[in-house]
Amino acid sequence: MIIKQLSIFLENKSGRLTEVTKALEEANINISALSIADTAEYGILRLIVTNPDKAVESLKARNFTVNSTDVICLTVPHTPGGLARALEILSNAKIGIEYMYAFEFGEKASVIIRTEALQAAIDVLQEHKVELIKASEIYEI
Amino acid sequence: MIWNEHFECMDRQELTRVQSERLVNMVERLYYNVPFYRKKFQELGMDPGDVKSIDDLKKLPFTTKQDLRDNYPFDLFATPMSDIVRVHASSGTTGKPTVVGYTRRDINLWSEVVARTLNCAGAGKDDVVQIAYGYGLFTGGLGIHYGTEKVGATVIPISGGNTKRQIQLMKDFGSTVLACTPSYALYLAEALEEAGLSPQDLPLRVGIFGAEPWTENIRKEIEDKLGILAIDIYGLSEVIGPGVSTECVHKTGLHVFEDHFYPEIIDPKTLEVLPPGEIGELVFTTLTKEGLPLLRYRTRDLTVLNYETCECGRTMVRMAKCLGRSDDMLIIRGVNVFPSQIESVLLEMSETKPHYQLIVDRVNNLDNLEVWVEVENEFFSDEIRKLEELSAKIKHNIDSTLGLSVKVKLVEHKTIERSEGKAKRVIDKRSM
Repeated sequence: MIIKQLSIFLENKSGRLTEVTKALEEANINISALSIADTAEYGILRLIVTNPDKAVESLKARNFTVNSTDVICLTVPHTPGGLARALEILSNAKIGIEYMYAFEFGEKASVIIRTEALQAAIDVLQEHKVELIKASEIYEI
Repeated sequence: MIWNEHFECMDRQELTRVQSERLVNMVERLYYNVPFYRKKFQELGMDPGDVKSIDDLKKLPFTTKQDLRDNYPFDLFATPMSDIVRVHASSGTTGKPTVVGYTRRDINLWSEVVARTLNCAGAGKDDVVQIAYGYGLFTGGLGIHYGTEKVGATVIPISGGNTKRQIQLMKDFGSTVLACTPSYALYLAEALEEAGLSPQDLPLRVGIFGAEPWTENIRKEIEDKLGILAIDIYGLSEVIGPGVSTECVHKTGLHVFEDHFYPEIIDPKTLEVLPPGEIGELVFTTLTKEGLPLLRYRTRDLTVLNYETCECGRTMVRMAKCLGRSDDMLIIRGVNVFPSQIESVLLEMSETKPHYQLIVDRVNNLDNLEVWVEVENEFFSDEIRKLEELSAKIKHNIDSTLGLSVKVKLVEHKTIERSEGKAKRVIDKRSM
């Protein structure tokens, strides 16, 4: 249930994003989802890719500041209140979310969530029958 | 206005005699009271009797900042601690500051040379002197303070910072002389402008600016904006503090009070004394100081000496405005900063490696030091909060080591040039 997300530290310089995506293209790695957190001086690019280990390796070889972070991916009905219900489960269990981002996944909506209490989040979501995507599934999206 | 015409206008031959006599006396004190110097003399196979005149100085050993550190805190003092009435200190590389000590007579000497400085700048007992140098361990504030009282002028011991209050008191108390760093003077000038005040609204007429290098362009800017005469003053705590040398109103070099602080210019590589007119490293011998007398102290400042008598009548040799440094020391807002200090902070932290670059700039007329530090893969968290905590921690550690507030910027791994041979550690964008 735990998915490896790539996190890349990028200074706010033009062209850096292009370089990352080109490096992944050369390694024949596909991007399933991405998000950028930015500050005045730098950004953190977060990526879900088809082969995270290979991606980390090839980005490190190009001197990118990169590591992998464990996240979970849950899917919710693509209807009003779908996300609210899942988040309510987490907040009732007092599980804090560091960050999240979403993408459309067929009929459903998928949400990547990063939390310190990863296993607790998985347990409580499964208990409430929220659908979690397996690593093997998402790497193939 | 000449504070001490007898010495300041002394004829060269007579001055040389005074310097010789004082050196002979100093060498004796060093030999018998400071084990560090006695050992150096013995290593050279010399004894105090071998020094008969100022010409013998070139045979004597140098003293460096490292020597002061190695003898931290008081081992170079030449008098018992009971005779030391004050100590000052500057920040040091490994947390150990450079300590200087003054006897009662040293404080009097210091007041004397600062009094000369004020007169040189055309300031006297009728002036109101706003001292915006920091008070405390830094020699700037208290050094100028005692000399100002000696001259009989009125002291406003406001110390550094609090620009709003500086302006208020400048206006209400009628300050005629401003003492601070040149960059702070420029900053004040702009703050005055913003407050809607023009130089004509203020009786301010002279500034004595030092503790950092500055250019003729900056002088012109200060003079225009504040409507004053801007005088360059020079000093370093190891020698005494402010009052080592100063420009007179003609602004043609800084008169060195060489009856007390004997200057030499050396080649920093060969250590040979260079003839007058050649650029080299400035070296001082404190002929009369009691607490911490220093023999041939290497300032690392590069300059040139001019022995011609000045228009003002003073015969005291003039040194040019400092032309640079023979080491990598930076002066940021009057604080001495060595890149190695930052390096040691980064080495001590487990999250960082000493891959850094220093960017020095002048923002709103104030020096700004930005430290670029690489983010290590192992310590790169993908949470902004943690990265911000990391840069705050680096900043805190550097600030407390330097005694100066810096800006920390995290940069990508391996983007800073590795030190193969000469790494370009410092980029100084200030127009010097």
